[in-house]
Amino acid sequence: MNKHLFEYLLRLGDDSLIIGHRLSEWCGHGPILEEDIAMTNMALDFIGQATTILEYAAKVENAGRDADALAFLRYEREYRNVLLVEQPNEDFAVTMVRQFLFDAFRKPLYEALQNSSDEQIAAIAEKSLKETKYHLKHSSEWVIRLGDGTEESHEKAQYAIDTLWRYTDELFFENEVDAALQSENIVPSLIPIREEWQKTVTAVLAEATLTIPQNGWKQQGGRTGLHSENLGYILAELQYMQRAYPGMKW
Amino acid sequence: MKENNIEELERQFQEKIDNDIKIEPRDWMPDAYRDTLIRQISQHAHSEIVGMLPEGNWITRAPNLRRKAVLLAKVQDEAGHGLYLYSAAETLGADREETIDDLHSGKAKYSSIFNYPTLSWADMGAIGWLVDGAAIMNQVPLCRCSYGPYARAMVRVCKEESFHQRQGFEIMSTLANGTPEQKAMAQDALNRFWWPALMMFGPNDAESKHTEQSMRWKIKRQTNDELRQQFVDITVPQAEMIGLTVPDADLKFNTETGHYESGEINWDEFWQVVKGNGPCNKDRVDARRKAKENGMWVREAAAAHAEKRANRSKEKRA
Amino acid sequence: MSNANWPLWEVFIRSKQGLSHKHVGSLRAADAQMAVENARDVYTRRSEGISIWVVQSNDVFASDPSEADSLYEPADSKVYRHPTFYDVPDGISHM
Repeated sequence: MNKHLFEYLLRLGDDSLIIGHRLSEWCGHGPILEEDIAMTNMALDFIGQATTILEYAAKVENAGRDADALAFLRYEREYRNVLLVEQPNEDFAVTMVRQFLFDAFRKPLYEALQNSSDEQIAAIAEKSLKETKYHLKHSSEWVIRLGDGTEESHEKAQYAIDTLWRYTDELFFENEVDAALQSENIVPSLIPIREEWQKTVTAVLAEATLTIPQNGWKQQGGRTGLHSENLGYILAELQYMQRAYPGMKW
Repeated sequence: MKENNIEELERQFQEKIDNDIKIEPRDWMPDAYRDTLIRQISQHAHSEIVGMLPEGNWITRAPNLRRKAVLLAKVQDEAGHGLYLYSAAETLGADREETIDDLHSGKAKYSSIFNYPTLSWADMGAIGWLVDGAAIMNQVPLCRCSYGPYARAMVRVCKEESFHQRQGFEIMSTLANGTPEQKAMAQDALNRFWWPALMMFGPNDAESKHTEQSMRWKIKRQTNDELRQQFVDITVPQAEMIGLTVPDADLKFNTETGHYESGEINWDEFWQVVKGNGPCNKDRVDARRKAKENGMWVREAAAAHAEKRANRSKEKRA
Repeated sequence: MSNANWPLWEVFIRSKQGLSHKHVGSLRAADAQMAVENARDVYTRRSEGISIWVVQSNDVFASDPSEADSLYEPADSKVYRHPTFYDVPDGISHM
């Protein structure tokens, strides 16, 4: 098995799985019916992406596990999602800003992954990119509405940026996994992706009249399996059935 | 128009209905017809929206990725259906937000079934199979309802709902054919949801105050008891097929009539739940009220931003 | 409360290339862009459309149903506008 490829697929798959989980928590509780439906659409896109990516990861691993086993039966330290996506929904501003910061990263990443020398990854990226473009449009528009809306919404959106900014550096985490896969043109360098991300974020936040925090303090750990306390609770729900009733078909 | 008096208008109105000509939003209609429709459509819409909660309760705990996606899509459909219905009610002049406020104040009702808790994964099966099954039975005749926008909304709803019942039955039959724990879970869900599902059709015909007029207006096309009987006749053999037992000791098949005869429904329980004393009435309405309250600043922000934008482009043009 | 109440929009969807847009229902949105996106999420979940129009409900000016007699019935008697009004001898085709 290609250990590096497996690891990279877990990063992609877990990011989608966990942010999809967070979005799905809104279902039935959205600020207005139309937006409830929109957020559930995004959640569905992410669960779909997680399924395809983890299926491929299971194939690469070739150890008899399937996508469900990967999604539901790993231990906390084995999840590879960034800390950003596991942060709690709190309110609509935190949820949308989190979504925006992530979408702005995912779009250039998928654009680059379309050219992967690995055909499966290229195909997954091509399909997911269409969804991601829409997500980014939706989340950018909301960040602008909230930032440049009422005084109250501006405050909440600024709070969201201030709270989440420390988790953005980790989006561009690279280690020997990336180096190995980059040498085979399977995955791109994250340096130009970061530039693109920076451009999007700067432009949207400026239009939203929001300020980028100056605090240089950054958090990371998710990519190496060192998570915030939030992930444990997510997994307690996500894995409940599989843990309580081991080995059954549903 | 020949004579402009109410009686003549009412006569023409009923003639249209008798000839199966649909009533459209700007047509003349009796106030009572409008009021009855607004009540019925908005109750129906509230049921869809409140109905998101018991199933939404299990989205984060669905047992695998496929079931999770299906459940999300299903609960999302319910939001969509609520929206189609609110939109039909708006054509009668019923403002959506005012209608929703009536739900939150307890003035407006919704289907009593959603006041029961979902305690296990099997409840997702029971709801899809029984609750959506009963809902479809209620809804299919409404596709022929005399009021155009309502009938059109129902056509859309029924088309989309056809997968809901199937996915529920699929969950149930998977469990019923699974391990002993799974089978017990399925039987327990059937035990808890069977009677509330029968209650979904409403009081017996003799007790149902709106039925007669609604049938004449073709807002309702079959009586509560007729629909309930259809449901029992169709559902009991399905339960038997997957090896589950319907929790009704008095249930028997009458070979002469070709129908099942059921035991007596606990109408005290029904009225208690309708009055707000079911296990989850308070939780459901609180959850919806909270969603609206917490969403208020979001709506205000979007409205304020839209206004700023409009003003800016006006200034630019000036 | 009034500033939290978004306007109502009527939604029209083209289901496929070659067909005209058809009214499908309404929804609430703060602005036109949001109305299009909401329409996409609400009314095209099962690939029902490839193009969306939204119009604020307030901007729709409709004919009055009580004038239906005088507006539409006069056309009923003008049967000569339909091809079946004309006799074509047997043996003539492509007409």
